[in-house]
Amino acid sequence: MRIDIDVERRLGAFRLQAAFASDAPVTALFGRSGCGKSTALNLVAGLLRPDRGRIAIGERVLFDSTSGVDVAPEKRRIGYVFQDALLLPHLKVRQNLSYGRFFTPAGARWADFDKIVALLDLAPLLERRPHRLSGGEKQRVAIGRALLASPQLLLMDEPLASLDAGRRGEILYYIERLRDEVGVPILYVSHEIEEVVRLAGQMVLLSDGTVAACGPVHELMGRIELRRLIGRYEGGAVIEARVAAQDLKSGLARLAFPGGELIVPDVDALVGEALRIRVRARDVSIALEEPRGISVLNCFRGRIAEIGSEPGASVDVRIDVAGTPILARITRHSAERLRLAPGQEVWALVKAVSLDRHSVGYA
Amino acid sequence: MFDALTPSELEALRLSLKVAGVSVLASLPVGFVLAWLLARCRFPGRTLLDAVVHLPLVLPPVVIGYLLLVMFGRRGPIGQWLEETFGIVLAFRWTGAALACALMGLPLLVRAIRQSLEAIDRRLESAAATLGASPAWVLASVTIPLALPGIVTGMLLSFARSLGEFGATITFVSNIPGETQTLPLAIYTYTQVPGGDPQALRLCAISVVLSLAALLVSEVLVRRANRTILGDAH
Repeated sequence: MRIDIDVERRLGAFRLQAAFASDAPVTALFGRSGCGKSTALNLVAGLLRPDRGRIAIGERVLFDSTSGVDVAPEKRRIGYVFQDALLLPHLKVRQNLSYGRFFTPAGARWADFDKIVALLDLAPLLERRPHRLSGGEKQRVAIGRALLASPQLLLMDEPLASLDAGRRGEILYYIERLRDEVGVPILYVSHEIEEVVRLAGQMVLLSDGTVAACGPVHELMGRIELRRLIGRYEGGAVIEARVAAQDLKSGLARLAFPGGELIVPDVDALVGEALRIRVRARDVSIALEEPRGISVLNCFRGRIAEIGSEPGASVDVRIDVAGTPILARITRHSAERLRLAPGQEVWALVKAVSLDRHSVGYA
Repeated sequence: MFDALTPSELEALRLSLKVAGVSVLASLPVGFVLAWLLARCRFPGRTLLDAVVHLPLVLPPVVIGYLLLVMFGRRGPIGQWLEETFGIVLAFRWTGAALACALMGLPLLVRAIRQSLEAIDRRLESAAATLGASPAWVLASVTIPLALPGIVTGMLLSFARSLGEFGATITFVSNIPGETQTLPLAIYTYTQVPGGDPQALRLCAISVVLSLAALLVSEVLVRRANRTILGDAH
C-alpha cells in the first residue's frame, strides 16, 4: 500500500518539513537524533497535528489541511511501536494484546490472535504482567499489540534503541518475519544504518527537519554527497545481490550482482535468495592493476565515477562496477599518490571477512 | 468502662459513618474533575482555582460552616433555590453535615488524586489512542486504573477527615442528637456536662479505633494497587 506524506510542523525553534511517498514493505526514516524522525511519526499517528499538509494511506486521507480532514488518532488504524514499548502496566500481556483488538471494528480485523502470538513467540508470556518481562519481551508484546489492532500501517520508532546488542538481533529477526509474513507496510525510524539496510527497501533521509534524499536504500547509499548524513564510519554502498552458490566446506557464499560475484562468509541464506549487502566504504581499497598474491577475495574491475570534494585527510571515491556503485574511502595521500581521476580504470578490493552478518539484509 | 456501646453512642457512631461515607462518595466525582483540571489543563485562573480548592485546609472550619449556613441555609440563596426546586433541605440535617464534611475533605481528596494523575506517563494514553481507544475509553481503561492508588488514598484521607470534622458541622447544622450529632460533636457535648468524662473518653476511644482502621485499610489497598501495577518489589 502506498503512503503519501507531506507535512509541516513547527515546534519551538525546530521546523519539520517532510514530503515523501513510498510503497515499499518497509520504509526507513533515517537521520541523526533531533532531525525530526519521531516528530514525523507522531504527525502520521495523529498524536501531533501538522500546521499544514496531507497524509494518506492508499486511498484513505487521514489529514488534509486544505479540505480540513483530520482523522482522530484512535480512528486512523495506524499501529505504533514506541521506543520503550509503553505496555499498559496494569494489564496482563494477554489483555495488552487484546486491547487494540477490542476497539477494531469487526469487519476491519485481519489480525488473528493465535497467529500473531505464534509469529512473535508470545505464548509463554500471556499470563505475565509487563513488569515481569525483559526489554526484548516487552518490545515483542508491543509489536504484537500493535498488529492485533489490525492496522493499515505500522510505525516503529527505534524499537531496538532501548535493548542490548543480543536482544536487538532477536527483535530484528521478528520484524523481518512480520515484514515477510504479515504484509502490513512499516514506517521504520532509526539512526542505525545497519538496521535500515537489513530491513528497508526504501529510505527517507532526514536532516534538520527536511528530506535530504528519498529513494531505494541501495541507490542512496551509493551517493557520495549523502555520506556525511549517513555517517562515515558505517556508511558504504549497498549492493543488491542473489545467492548464486553456498559452499558448506569453506563457509563462503557467492552472491551474484551485475558487476560480478561477491564472496561473503557465513551468510544464512538459501541459493536464489535476494540479499542486500552493505560494503562499508572504509573496508574498500583501490588498486591500479589487478592484484596478485593477495588474500583479498573480492576484486572488481571498475571505473572511477566520482571523487568526493570534501576537505580532510580522507576522500570518498565512487567506483562504477558494471553499473553498480561501490564506495571506497581512502586517504587523500593515497588518492594523490595513485593520481586517481574520474574515468580511470581501477580495481576495488573488498576483504570477505569485512562483510559480516551486520552487513547483510534480506530483501 | 468499655462494655457494649449504649444506644446513643451507637447512634453517633452510625451517623458519623453515614455522614463520612456519603460525603466521600458525593465529593469523589467533583474531586476527580478538579484534580484532572489542575493536573492536565492550562487555563486562566488555574492558580486561583488551586488556591480555592485548598481554602478549607487553611481557613478556620467555623468560617466554612458559617459561609455554608449563609449560602445553604433555608433563606440562603442556594438553600432557598434547592428547597423550592427539589425540596432539598440541608440546614440542620445530616445531609448538611455531609456537605460540610465533603467540603472540608475536598483538598485532601483533590491533592491525592492530582498527584497520582501527574505521575502517569501520558504516553501510555497516547499508546492507547493509537490502539483505537477514544478519549472516554482512555480515561476509563488507562487513566483511572493508573490513578487508582491516589484515588483510594484521597478517599480514605477525606473519609478520616470527615470523621473528625467538628467546626464546620456544628456551625452549619448545629448539634442535634440523631440527626447531626456525629462522634466529635457527641464528645464535645459530654465534655460540657458535669460527670460526662467517662462517656467522652469512651467515644474518644471509638474515634481512635475508627481513624486507625481507616488509615490501615487505605495502606493495604494502596499497596495492593501498587503491586498490581508495579510489581512485588514496590
